[in-house]
Amino acid sequence: MLKEGELRIPSGCAISGIIDKKGNRFSGGEIIKSIALMHERSNGLGGGFAAYGIYPQYKELYAFHIFYDSLSVKTQVEDFLTKHFEIESAGNIPTKSVPNIKDQPLIWRYFVSPRIYMSKEEIIDEDEFTSRCVIKINKEYIGAYVFSSGKNMGTFKGVGYPEDIGEFFMLDRYEAYMWTAHGRFPTNTPGWWGGSHPFTMLNWSVVHNGEISSYDANRRFVEMFGYRCTLQTDTEVITYLFDLLVRKHKMPMDKAIKVVASPFWDNIERENKKTQNELKSIRAVYANALINGPFSIILGCQKGMVALNDRIKLRSMVAAEKGDRTYVASEESAIKIICDNPDRIWSPKGGEAIIALLECENK
Amino acid sequence: MNLKFDSPLFEVIRDEKKCIKCKTCVLECSNKVHSYDEKKDIFKADDMKCVNCHRCVALCPTKALIIKKYPLEFRENAVWTESAIKEIFKQSQSGGVLLSSMGNPNPSPIYWDKMLLNASQVTNPSIDPLREPIETKVMIGRKPEKLEFASNGKLITKMPPQVTLNVPVMFAAMSYGAISPNAHEALARAAEELGICYNTGEGGLNKDFYKYRKNTVVQVASGRFGVHKEYLNAGVAIEIKIGQGAKPGIGGHLPGRKVCEDVSTTRMIPVGSDAISPALHHDIYSIEDLRQLIYSLKEVTHYEKPVFVKIAAVHNAAAISSGALRAGADAIVVDGFRGGTGAAPTRVRDNVGIPIELALASIDQRLREEGIRNQGSLLISGSIRNSADIVKAIALGADAVCIGTAALIALGCHMCRTCVTGKCNWGIATQDLELVKRLEPDVMYKRLVNLVSAWNHEIQEMLGGMGMNAVDSLRGNRLMLRGIDLNQKELEILGIKYAGE
Repeated sequence: MLKEGELRIPSGCAISGIIDKKGNRFSGGEIIKSIALMHERSNGLGGGFAAYGIYPQYKELYAFHIFYDSLSVKTQVEDFLTKHFEIESAGNIPTKSVPNIKDQPLIWRYFVSPRIYMSKEEIIDEDEFTSRCVIKINKEYIGAYVFSSGKNMGTFKGVGYPEDIGEFFMLDRYEAYMWTAHGRFPTNTPGWWGGSHPFTMLNWSVVHNGEISSYDANRRFVEMFGYRCTLQTDTEVITYLFDLLVRKHKMPMDKAIKVVASPFWDNIERENKKTQNELKSIRAVYANALINGPFSIILGCQKGMVALNDRIKLRSMVAAEKGDRTYVASEESAIKIICDNPDRIWSPKGGEAIIALLECENK
Repeated sequence: MNLKFDSPLFEVIRDEKKCIKCKTCVLECSNKVHSYDEKKDIFKADDMKCVNCHRCVALCPTKALIIKKYPLEFRENAVWTESAIKEIFKQSQSGGVLLSSMGNPNPSPIYWDKMLLNASQVTNPSIDPLREPIETKVMIGRKPEKLEFASNGKLITKMPPQVTLNVPVMFAAMSYGAISPNAHEALARAAEELGICYNTGEGGLNKDFYKYRKNTVVQVASGRFGVHKEYLNAGVAIEIKIGQGAKPGIGGHLPGRKVCEDVSTTRMIPVGSDAISPALHHDIYSIEDLRQLIYSLKEVTHYEKPVFVKIAAVHNAAAISSGALRAGADAIVVDGFRGGTGAAPTRVRDNVGIPIELALASIDQRLREEGIRNQGSLLISGSIRNSADIVKAIALGADAVCIGTAALIALGCHMCRTCVTGKCNWGIATQDLELVKRLEPDVMYKRLVNLVSAWNHEIQEMLGGMGMNAVDSLRGNRLMLRGIDLNQKELEILGIKYAGE
């Protein structure tokens, strides 16, 4: 059977996300409870979590989480890492034995900072350098896969039901100000850990429910800007789209949302001249970055969380607020189980983003 | 003795029992096939003159006429076929270059028919165009690499001019001269109603047509007929015609007999003189010269109109397109080897250039590898026959397509492929006023509107079936295509997988 990345595997899913906008950290127990409620939306072939704010002691360093198939590839990758990064700390990620979790790869974690010669000469900045290294490892080192590479954040994922994955990584012992989770229902899978979600790139993480029909148009668009979609998954291409728009093209988040879930031409015609001009320009320049077909996504970054449906809402998504917290999930019940009496609970319209950002910087 | 070896191509058969002797056939045939002998009270038909245009058949009130392939057979020979022999007869008789009309009719592969489309099943829902909007609008023109916003969220980037097409279709360039003023009017009016564009072709533009400016693309070709400042500003875009799929590398020739008073005024040449377009632009001997022409045209039009560059699909089309885009072209129009023509040397038409499907795939891929595909638009033409061809073209990477032959068929063309004679019985490829008036723009423009609207519905159905509600998401989306009956190399060039993969 071909590995993920060598073929395209459509999948349905469950997603859930919680953020504390004041930056107060809380354990992974809640998000596990939420995603576990939607057990029926997964089929045991993939689950994962992204957590922001978990490594305050290393917040200036990139945290690499890497899967290795063998010790020999680990040695090769560590050679590469040593050449390009100062490794502050390295070790395996603690896990505990869970009956339903089998065939796990070697799972390692490194806290690193890029060796500065490249950025000193102002060829590229740190982020760009790091992202290129991650792309290189994932593309060229067969049997190694960097599945998390942000600062003060980390992804934990694998083959299994999400609640089992959470238990396996002992996420109840981590504290984060923002958690997202994913339970996967792939139509077929070779059971590769790297293929589970969230997908991350630097500080971006994406959990996604849906199958985007614009995949190849989006892929070929981002690949023009130097990205390589090695996994052939929707989440990968969505992550690169946001990285391109927000990091490289420096677009404000609300405009980036207009790119990926653009208003219909008919609605644009009803706007005032100035808005019309802006939206028309967005649709003209970024036509190929429109994400089409069913999706609900939760995009995580250091500043917070953005949740978005496709523009005609072909996937369920519910949002709620209580106090400093914002919740998003595929189903209302997955929010209610961890939040009794939300101040507000609603079903956002298609193309209407929920933007929940940290109210204080650098937590 | 001047012995002629010609034999008829078609046989006219009249059912005497059905014929009511109304003489419509006699009146309608500009080729003078039918005649009526009053003394003997019989109709005669000169088969030699019949081009099988169906005019008499269509207008015969009792359907008493049948046109058949003339049943004269040469002794079977796989090498020396009937057409090979007949062409030698013709050339040994006349000493001239063989001329043909319309696109290459030979049975080389039609790649559109070897590609199949995808549809949603279970894992993602198809979208129903009767319930949801499905957008087919496209913007043609140069795009900046990215948009920049000020800190207050205001858009800073100034967009270069764009042409908006409500349907990803334009009417291909067909000059006034090659086709009749009424055909032109039908195209212009249909373009206006549909919110798309028609293209003047290289013959200039009659002032009466300036009112369609919002839906007009004006062409600048090597002969520069009818090109002046007002003309250049009379449309929404300017197309520099470098080449044409039916005759790459050679020029055009409008015979003097088609240059009537009106054509003469529009083209700015004397009545009755041949209008000869050179094989090349004599101010473009290289890519840097093209840049100068592009920018001269932009200067004249105050940078308010996108400039397209039209080339024929030749072997090196990918590199040429890249060069043209870098030289400042805002859109590249590529015409494949099946593209139509009023007249072209047969040998050139049938042997020069490559299939548009392969050219399109390699151009789109090349521009993406260079990271510049998004900076300009890519339009293609050359025998787009139906909406499925359009959907496949867009999935391969085109922004939109141009249709010429299909539009003429909507106007009544029956593909008899004798435009070169100027005796078009349907009033399309002629300047003979008696024939021209047979094409009534008031009625016929609606057929064009119907055709494009019908195709748009079909495009929406197919898009919805694939789970998309905007054509933007189809452009370059080659995963939506699968090949059948193609070899590995063809799949590689088309950038698609085989059916079942």
